[in-house]
Amino acid sequence: MQNLGIRILFEGNNFLRLLGGLLVSLKIAVLSMALSVGLGILLGMVMTSKKRPIRIFTRLYLETVRIMPQLVLLFLVYFGAAKHLNVNFSGQMAAVIVFTFWGTAEMGDLVRSALESIPVHQYQSGFALGMTELQVYRHIVIPQTIRRLLPSVMNLLTRMIKTTSLVVLIGVIEVVKVGKQIIDSSRYTVPDAALWVYGVIFILYFVICYPFSRAAALLDKKLKD
Amino acid sequence: MDFEFIRAYMPLYAEAAGMTLRISFLGILLSAAIGLLCSLVKIFKIPVLKSIANGYIEVSRNTPLLIQLFFLYFGLPKIGLVLSSESCAVTGLAFLGGSYMAEAFRTGIEQVPVIQSESGLSLGLTKGQVFRHIILPQAITTSVPVFCANIIFLIKETSVFSAVALADLMFVAKDLIGIYYKTDEALLMLVVAYLIILLPISLLCSWIERRVRYAEFGN
Repeated sequence: MQNLGIRILFEGNNFLRLLGGLLVSLKIAVLSMALSVGLGILLGMVMTSKKRPIRIFTRLYLETVRIMPQLVLLFLVYFGAAKHLNVNFSGQMAAVIVFTFWGTAEMGDLVRSALESIPVHQYQSGFALGMTELQVYRHIVIPQTIRRLLPSVMNLLTRMIKTTSLVVLIGVIEVVKVGKQIIDSSRYTVPDAALWVYGVIFILYFVICYPFSRAAALLDKKLKD
Repeated sequence: MDFEFIRAYMPLYAEAAGMTLRISFLGILLSAAIGLLCSLVKIFKIPVLKSIANGYIEVSRNTPLLIQLFFLYFGLPKIGLVLSSESCAVTGLAFLGGSYMAEAFRTGIEQVPVIQSESGLSLGLTKGQVFRHIILPQAITTSVPVFCANIIFLIKETSVFSAVALADLMFVAKDLIGIYYKTDEALLMLVVAYLIILLPISLLCSWIERRVRYAEFGN
């Protein structure tokens, strides 16, 4: 084991530090996701509106978010806000704002397509049975929408987790940054630390994302059958 | 807003945009090749290769591009495999894109109902003819929109390559902010540059999508 670079991970509390860094990324991802789901459901309902200006506006929002790389949005908020609004967002705060802005648009579109995929006769049958509008939503529309939404929401969550890796580029101390610190501090004692540290981070991300995407695939399959 | 500054540094951005486009083009080309290979392996259920393709797709889809890049750029040199930032970027993009492209091709072909090829075969068409005249046209209607979305996705992903010292658009913007503190101008040019690259592609994609929808069968 003497010459194997992986021992770097078991020196001191290196591995725990790495996990701590990962927790920062996950915290950003989960917080943004929670906000996105809440706001996205509202946006999705607004997007089904028949009014033209509302449709155009929401569409424009969605397309803007889709076309700009997330990193560009991060830069805009992180550097732009500091200069103009005179607010100095911490990297984490900027990340949550950007990912929520992005996630809300994506989530809104998912909710919209799920709502629109419920056939009209489902509503009509409900009304014909004498249910109130609230009851129709509560017992007929929402349960079906949730079933259709679940796989894509899980996919969005894995995308969110993967995208949080970008925050290292605006100076947030997360898993990659901690990895760099570990590599730099052992530059002379363990020259090949980079291979092992980045390899382990790679595996960590996979271990977190894989269960979600697997579950999404299974749910999707179950839904189709 | 300092327009003199914008004019002065426009060429720098143009050059960087060229770099972004070149890397995207090579990466997407390679991704399409990898994707085609993987999807064929999966569709024809070739024993060992199928598991390898599956494993590759899961790994590539469930890890961020940035981490893949760091591994390629900083990790691999430690075992003697030194890649330049350009080849690193192309490799990374191809590794990420390959799995997305594979899924795009596979879902296209798999969504054509089995009854279609069975009908073709019972009419006396050869397997090749069935694939060429029946499966392919229908598969394209589903694959092309996903393929287009992937292209846009991959071009957007190239924005992280500045992290491995590739002189792309992000890199130039970061540099200008760092050197001159011209945050507004640098960010504006960055946004405009990405718009110039992505907007036409996005519009072209939705046009193509509408065109191929004509061929859709039965709805």
